[in-house]
Amino acid sequence: MLRMDQSAPMLRIRGLTKTYRSGDKALDNVDLDVPRGQLMALIGPSGAGKSTLIRCVNRLVEPSAGQVAVDGAPVTGLGGGALRAARRRMGMIFQEFALVERLTVMENVLSGRLGYVGFWASWLRRFPQSDIDEAFRLIERAGLGGMHDKRADQLSGGQRQRVGICRALIQNPALLLVDEPTASLDPKTSRQIMRLLVELCTERKLAAIVNIHDVALAQMFVSRIVGLRAGRIVFDGSPDALTTEVLTEIYGEEDWNTNRPADDDEDEPPHPLTPAARLDEAR
Amino acid sequence: MSGTAAARSWRPPPFIANPWLRLAIYGGAALYLALALGTLEVNWARVAEGLVRGWAFVAAFGSPDFTSRSGEIYEGMVESLTMTVVSTVLGVALSLPVGLGAARNLAPLPVYLVCRGIIAISRSFPEIIVAILFVKMFGFGPLAGMVTLAFATIGFMAKLLAEDLEDLDEAQVEAVRAAGASWPQLMVYAVQPQVLPRFIGLSVYRLDINFRESAVIGIVGAGGIGATLNTSFDRYEFGTSAAILLLIIGIVMVAEYSSGIIRKRLQ
Repeated sequence: MLRMDQSAPMLRIRGLTKTYRSGDKALDNVDLDVPRGQLMALIGPSGAGKSTLIRCVNRLVEPSAGQVAVDGAPVTGLGGGALRAARRRMGMIFQEFALVERLTVMENVLSGRLGYVGFWASWLRRFPQSDIDEAFRLIERAGLGGMHDKRADQLSGGQRQRVGICRALIQNPALLLVDEPTASLDPKTSRQIMRLLVELCTERKLAAIVNIHDVALAQMFVSRIVGLRAGRIVFDGSPDALTTEVLTEIYGEEDWNTNRPADDDEDEPPHPLTPAARLDEAR
Repeated sequence: MSGTAAARSWRPPPFIANPWLRLAIYGGAALYLALALGTLEVNWARVAEGLVRGWAFVAAFGSPDFTSRSGEIYEGMVESLTMTVVSTVLGVALSLPVGLGAARNLAPLPVYLVCRGIIAISRSFPEIIVAILFVKMFGFGPLAGMVTLAFATIGFMAKLLAEDLEDLDEAQVEAVRAAGASWPQLMVYAVQPQVLPRFIGLSVYRLDINFRESAVIGIVGAGGIGATLNTSFDRYEFGTSAAILLLIIGIVMVAEYSSGIIRKRLQ
């Protein structure tokens, strides 16, 4: 299709800057390459610009300066139909799932094909048979077999995120943009969802950027971690290189090695069974 | 809980903090009410006379006369129902583009201002004033009434639709946009499912309002059962008036009940 240059990285970002109208500089001259098939986690404190970064890639947010290229083809500067065609190649997964609540599982999954199907066909739900076959395959692969006619608002959080994953994958994307996939889920479901995501990316040799708050979870599942602080990349390396010094560099001063309530500082006494503590026990 | 602390009293903070201002406002309001009541001039003799006539009207409900003017009543009812259905369908259809245009998150500013203007004009004139205008334009009869009701429906439906659209869950829209959907696809996949059930519910509610209004605007010559009702008043045929009113009440209640069921089913 748009394979212009096999040697180019799946995602190439150069000098990406985003200044919001309020004057907040969310991204400051970011350079980043994601090779084909690489699963990359983007970590950083709230407001560091993680969501802005992935939204600048598919232009849900308009960058103020810089270039983005997916699979060697520029995304910045495109408009109208060309932008929509570029978006088809980027699947996106959201924190709050962002399913259309009143549509069924099948309709939500098929909405990932909207970029490929004309208006009337999509309105009348007349998708090509190949799309429907693929939708069924994905729904079953995600462990939702038989639930295709359930409405999205009847599902649990974990089930919804599975639908979100199917919707992104049916686009047949080259790149996945994943925004806090587990932030609304319990620790066990979080791990299951991350595992499913990683398995599917590996099966399809997909490159992915995963914004994630849970550093431990990120270390468990990805091969590369990039740390963002105040719109700049301050760390880029393997999960093992993520030392307490690096965490302090990214997030600011904090005692990273203790989770027990007695050792924690006084302004935020955690419940003995906070998710972080439980996860730590599980390891 | 430590038992040693002294009991501290607590009252919710008053709505107006300054006690003098509070006294002045409440006292002023009471004084104005007393003076206003003092200026009312009630002609009790006239009231007594009116009560008798009013009672004759109420008593007529005990013996409503459906038969002696049954032909006119039937024609009026059919005309009113036709006006209601046609004006609702027309008004709802026209309110769709106006409502879309009046949602600030979907429409560019010039379109927004024009559509908000249409809504403001439609909503600022009471139906009866609009009906008088259209009766002057189109002459007596149901056409004027139908145009009036369609015009009022546009303002009502478009305003409520626009408010729903402005309350959209942006995440759902963003997700469908991220898949590469075009603008019309965005409308039918991300927007329509969010607003359609309430829009249908409101249309059914408006049908109900339009029937009631058709009875009122008929009095100024815009056709329908209102015209029949007005004629019966003019002839002091309170039995027929009562029959018409009972029919209107009955139909409104049936419409209200069924629209409630339809709206509950839709959610």
